[in-house]
Amino acid sequence: MPEIAVNNLFKSYGAINALRDISFQVDKAEIFGIIGPDGAGKTSLFRILVSLLLPDKGSIQLAGLDVVKDYSQVRKIVGYMPGRFSLYQDLSVEENLSFFATVFGSSIETNYDLIKDIYVQIEPFKKRLAGRLSGGMKQKLALCCALIHRPEVLVLDEPTTGVDAVSRVEFWDLLHKIKKEGITIIVSTPYMDEAARCDRVALMQNGEFLGISLPGDIHKAFTKILYELTPEQGAYKLLKTMRSEAWCENAWLFGQSVHLTINGNTSENQFLSYAKGQNIEFRKITAGIEDTFMELMKTS
Amino acid sequence: MRILISILRKEFIQIFRNKVMLPFIFIVPIIQMVVLVFAANLEMKEIRFYTVDLDLSETSRKLRYEFSASPFFRDQGTGFSLDEGEEMLLRDKADLVLVFDEGFEEKLRKENHSSIQLLINAINSAKAGLVNAYSEAIIRDFNQDVRLEWLGLPAFEAIENIDVSYSYWYNPELNYKIYMLPAILVILVTIIGMFLTAMNLVREKEMGTAEQINVTPIRKFHFIIGKLLPFWVIALFELAFGLTIGKIFFGLPILGNLALLFGFASIYLMAVLGIGLLLSTFSETQQQVMFLAFFFMLTFVLMSGIFTPVESMPVWAQKVNIVNPFAYFMRVIRMILLKGSGFHDIRHEFVSMFIYAVSILSLSVWRYRKIH
Repeated sequence: MPEIAVNNLFKSYGAINALRDISFQVDKAEIFGIIGPDGAGKTSLFRILVSLLLPDKGSIQLAGLDVVKDYSQVRKIVGYMPGRFSLYQDLSVEENLSFFATVFGSSIETNYDLIKDIYVQIEPFKKRLAGRLSGGMKQKLALCCALIHRPEVLVLDEPTTGVDAVSRVEFWDLLHKIKKEGITIIVSTPYMDEAARCDRVALMQNGEFLGISLPGDIHKAFTKILYELTPEQGAYKLLKTMRSEAWCENAWLFGQSVHLTINGNTSENQFLSYAKGQNIEFRKITAGIEDTFMELMKTS
Repeated sequence: MRILISILRKEFIQIFRNKVMLPFIFIVPIIQMVVLVFAANLEMKEIRFYTVDLDLSETSRKLRYEFSASPFFRDQGTGFSLDEGEEMLLRDKADLVLVFDEGFEEKLRKENHSSIQLLINAINSAKAGLVNAYSEAIIRDFNQDVRLEWLGLPAFEAIENIDVSYSYWYNPELNYKIYMLPAILVILVTIIGMFLTAMNLVREKEMGTAEQINVTPIRKFHFIIGKLLPFWVIALFELAFGLTIGKIFFGLPILGNLALLFGFASIYLMAVLGIGLLLSTFSETQQQVMFLAFFFMLTFVLMSGIFTPVESMPVWAQKVNIVNPFAYFMRVIRMILLKGSGFHDIRHEFVSMFIYAVSILSLSVWRYRKIH
């Protein structure tokens, strides 16, 4: 039986459909990533998962419990870390942690082994008020507080947003350690590169899942030929020129280069001769997660 | 219980860590009492009067001396035209102008009655009323003296007069401080109960901590009790603190039973905390709730009879006061402290307040549950 089972979930705010027919399953001790731009519906989905929001339609099961009916049971086995720092800024690190521990009928000592790896990093500042911690420290404290009662399911809403690159890598290392404790993790992120660190990834856009796959398989959804054009100057100018061409199906910026696909009516040779004529440097590449996502977004 | 205790502990840590809150609790009552009690004073010692004497007779002069001799009045001089008198009023150099018309004394002798004119600055109507009352008292006394002197035989005339003597009960010296002190205590206690509670509740929403709390096993009633109880305790403490200061430094009389006062205050505070909770459900930010609370507070205070007696308000205003918790406590605290009223005397207010507290708390808890 899957640890998390979501079936045909719908949620709308007035005329805006935040979630449209979302269904997925997550196994125990799996890291399930949801990747999507701002406004894709990630936070709404998470708030429903942790019983903060009622869905319009559909069912959600967490460890066999119905989230809507058994919400009070669900709250005991879920650890939630909202996207925005939501701990008491005027309490110290230690006070925050022990408050959340006692509220769950636990203590810092009981589950110390679970949070040890993270807590040792913030322990030197345990007397400091949470509001005076740096961004990365705040994230670690929030993770500690979400873990202190040894939840079965950990729900993390964009935990790495606004955190520096090194801390992000560290953070993902921690998640893998937590996973080994048998805790199921569902995590959202706007960063494509973090998809590789999940066990499975769902791409989300406009309240819908565009697809769920293994991180290594995402690019398989990309069936077209992808070209990388390297401009001599001004990638944006090149992008605009490319987009105005009739044979261009899709073009987007990728760092300092432009990635593009050509439409079905144009043969490869036609493009090659055009590119040579314009003196544009280019090469064929295999698509990455980001390319796949851009492509899927376009077609959905 | 364990959950409740941990919430209470957290609340007290936060309250006492707050750099604004703690001074607020201890210093504000002292400042409010000192400032308000002396500033909100209706007694008048320095009524400046000016005389326009067109008669220049012995009687007019005598009456003027009566005014000068009174401790409430200060002579600002005499003029000989009405214009001068009006000028004094316009320049705010006099609060009162006495005008003796030409032939004042002669008319009194021949026709047995005469009249003078009082011009009173009534920008502050309460003050003007007092000036008028004080002046009339002096003129009345003077009237009797004139009769005695001219008719020689007071006995027959005096019989026709009914002599009025006063005794002011519950505040024999008409000391305004004693009247105002209990009212200030009511305001203080209410600020803590309503403002601080509402702001504290909304703060959790504004900071996003409410979201984190909601995914824990903390139930709504835990949270509400955990939020209201600290302020209930602090407000009662504040009442005790204020009473002590009032007693020691301002000679506030405490005639009634303190246990009864605190009993009523406990129920009153439940109603006020309920209002705070209710207001918090209508607001998303501390700024909004502050505005709401301020609006209600101001309306309640002004209608409660803090400065002017409720009985002299129009009937509709008295009806509005049925839902004004301030009005109940304002009346009860004065009754208990100044008059020594017992439970029997305030039973009506007691029962009303109890019903009020239960209803407003139920309403606000219901609304709180519905929203969150």
